Amino acid sequence: MRLLSRKATCNAHGQDSSYFLGWQEYEKNPYHEIKNPTGIIQMGLAENQLSFDLLESWLANNPDAAGFKKDGESIFRELALFQDYHGLPDFKNALVDFMAEIRENRVTFDQNKIVLTAGATSANETLMFCLAESGEAFLLPTPYYPGFDRDLKWRTGVEIVPIQCTSSNDFQITAPALEEAYLEAQKRNLRVKGVLVTNPSNPLGTTMSRSELNLLVNFITAKGIHLISDEIYSGTVFSSPGFVSIMEVLKDRKCENTEVWKRVHIVYSLSKDLGLPGFRVGAIYSNDELVASAATKMSSFGLVSSQTQYLLSALLSDSKFTKNYISENQRRLKQRQNFLVKGLKKAGIICLKSNAGLFCWVNMKHLLGSNTFEAEMELWKKIVYDVKLNISPGSSCHCTEPGWFRVCFANMSEETLNLAMARLKSFVDSMTMTSSHQMLKNSRKRSLTKWVFRLSFHDREPEER
Amino acid sequence: MNMLSYKASSDSHGQESSYFLGWQEYEKNPYHQLQNPNGIVQMGLAENQLSFDLLESWLENNPDSVGFKRNGESVFRELALFQDYHGLPAFKNALVEFMAEIRRNKVKLDPNKLVLTAGSTSANETLMFCLAERGDAFLLPTPYYPGFDRDLKWRTEVEIVPIHCSSSNGFRITMPALEKAHQRALKLDLKVKGILITNPSNPLGISMTRNELNLLISFAMAKHIHIVSDEIFSGTVFDCPNYISIAEVLMDRQLANSEISRCIHIVYSLSKDLGLSGFRVGMIYSNNETVVSAATKMSSFGLVSSQTQYLLSNMLSDKKFTGKYLKENQKRLKKRKQMLVSGLQNAGIRCLKSNAGLFCWVDMRHLLSTQTFEAEKELWKKILGEVGLNISPGSSCHCSEPGWFRMCFANMSEETLTVAMERIKDFAQSVTSTRNRKITMYHQMICDQRSLINKWVSKLSSHDRESDR
Repeated sequence: MRLLSRKATCNAHGQDSSYFLGWQEYEKNPYHEIKNPTGIIQMGLAENQLSFDLLESWLANNPDAAGFKKDGESIFRELALFQDYHGLPDFKNALVDFMAEIRENRVTFDQNKIVLTAGATSANETLMFCLAESGEAFLLPTPYYPGFDRDLKWRTGVEIVPIQCTSSNDFQITAPALEEAYLEAQKRNLRVKGVLVTNPSNPLGTTMSRSELNLLVNFITAKGIHLISDEIYSGTVFSSPGFVSIMEVLKDRKCENTEVWKRVHIVYSLSKDLGLPGFRVGAIYSNDELVASAATKMSSFGLVSSQTQYLLSALLSDSKFTKNYISENQRRLKQRQNFLVKGLKKAGIICLKSNAGLFCWVNMKHLLGSNTFEAEMELWKKIVYDVKLNISPGSSCHCTEPGWFRVCFANMSEETLNLAMARLKSFVDSMTMTSSHQMLKNSRKRSLTKWVFRLSFHDREPEER
Repeated sequence: MNMLSYKASSDSHGQESSYFLGWQEYEKNPYHQLQNPNGIVQMGLAENQLSFDLLESWLENNPDSVGFKRNGESVFRELALFQDYHGLPAFKNALVEFMAEIRRNKVKLDPNKLVLTAGSTSANETLMFCLAERGDAFLLPTPYYPGFDRDLKWRTEVEIVPIHCSSSNGFRITMPALEKAHQRALKLDLKVKGILITNPSNPLGISMTRNELNLLISFAMAKHIHIVSDEIFSGTVFDCPNYISIAEVLMDRQLANSEISRCIHIVYSLSKDLGLSGFRVGMIYSNNETVVSAATKMSSFGLVSSQTQYLLSNMLSDKKFTGKYLKENQKRLKKRKQMLVSGLQNAGIRCLKSNAGLFCWVDMRHLLSTQTFEAEKELWKKILGEVGLNISPGSSCHCSEPGWFRMCFANMSEETLTVAMERIKDFAQSVTSTRNRKITMYHQMICDQRSLINKWVSKLSSHDRESDR
């Protein structure tokens, strides 16, 4: 008899993918400005390290929030005992207000419809458990966050069927692509329960257009299925077009309280906007009470620490702080993204025009030996081991076209980013030199052949005359 | 098409049970000494509220731990970014030492075998995902914690088959009971993957004997199955016999590196010993590298907040504090339990002799109208509705005998416990006196009937004689 479950012994956790392996290589040889200046620079981790000073200054001015105090009185006991899966009311209020603020109050949220979870990882898995049976499927536009292979599929038994997006239209979702994915699922005998999108997109760094969102609403209405919108990067939109949430589109289409409205669910987290992945704060927002109710009970398996709920309820309730934070954070992200884009340009590399996220979607097709995923892997290995940059290959994000890479920019200092750009430029230059050297060699070969040929011809010529 | 999954729309989360319903009633009408003195006293929640002052005083003396500081320097950034599912090393080190301390240092634990999870709720579910397939079964001794029906079965679709324990031997696990449960599972066509025990037991409040633990290990070896030992209450052992963890028995039997040692997994949490249920700190300890590896990855779905890991790593690294805390906490638990036991005794109610936990297993069989679960339900409703105490009926814990109830003693003040004891005394007395009255009335009725008949008979015969004159 098998001693352990299949889940425990198989690879369905997806952690043998290059996404995680690059991470491991970095761990073995991490760059440090002083201690290890030739180490690998981590550009594969979508973290936001740009605005901690703003958080730290708030903490310095508000010691009670971390000190278990409210109005000078200790509330340690209450928090120590607080394990209600309905969540700390003050925190939920502050959170829905924060979410509305990010959407410039074009939509508002009801704190009774929000469910707190230990990170978006937990939120996404929970939604799968609530919306699908084992063996059913969700459609996801490619490229997508590699972690979804584990989060959505591993313990739930749910399948992912990709909606293929291509560079021909900047990887936007199209109606034909949706239909094709749906058909593919049917061919595989998989019942489709919904579509899951990340908006803004990881790894693309772009916000979805209103027309894409409308398309999605039409599609899920026609098929009678769910839509999950993972809006974890909603606060990182730093330039136009602005962020349009699916809730805003539903509102504009007057879909409130309709059937389709109840099938749209949002996932959020404070890991990217506030840069607090360690605190494990995620949320599900659903207009369907049954979903909210089931998800609430399931959140028992991953509640947010009451200590953390309290701290963040104080932080997010400070509207002066949140207003300033949101705009300053976005300004810094924009500046940093510009920096990366320029640096890449200097190396002759272009990326997808982006307005959000903590990364760029970079086009290195011209550096591939051949237009294949094997060549992409070759290039990736070179970049990790020789150039010493851990970036994420498009294949790990299930991109259909080889040659794209996700490069993060918000998880390091400007100096480190500078160095990364310099290394990349050297690499590209050397490749170009190598290939022009190769071209030179090739052209020399051709010249030699011509000369030899001429020689032989010359030999013959006098006879002919 | 079914819009939601079966899991989302069914009752398999088990939250329609009386355990949770009593809780709801309490929420509607909670006792408060001043604001609602006639409200329901919550005795259904196994919380430890007795030693917060010790924790609060430690916090006062160690402000850096909450202020994200180490040696005066800010560690906020590092903590904000720390989402490594291997957990904060300093925290795991402190935890294994704390766990060893609770076991009187009879065992030495390795932090690399520890997996942190958001509470033991998460730990238990994760272990099910790692050890069993959908449709496999785990054997659990009854009575058991009602939450297991949700935690072990709901999303994993693992089955629970009970190992019936009875009051005849103090609810101890026996070999026949184990065999019977195993047979039952086979008959139901369920593959048994392991046994899950809670030691010390919830709801019994007793720690397992060496004998029971040896029995379990032998049984697991024979059947090639796992043992999950939920030791969440290990720090609440306040009386002899001393606590014996399954880890200790393994060591004593020289089985430390054997096949079976890789099939024994411990679950722990800080929710009961430290009373920190809100902080969501649980863990799995396993000698099986595959389990540790898989559980570590699965912990992504329920990691412990780094803010909380940091605070508690500091607290538990303070050995002076932990030694003092464990001792004082146990002393207070013992005292409080004795208060409950005496109070119940005054009401003519006995409980199972216990040495651990935050509750007593109370014998109210004599207050049942009939020895049935319907009568137990009736009694429970009366106690909830009329007496105003939320206690947990044995049936919600899958006890095989009606009439037993779990009553918590560590989640309220001494004054509130006194009020609860008075109420139960009055109730028990009224039940007894009602019963006595009923018996008296019945007897009276019989006597009355008899004397009526006598009178009638004598009237008849006297009537006959009168006409003779």
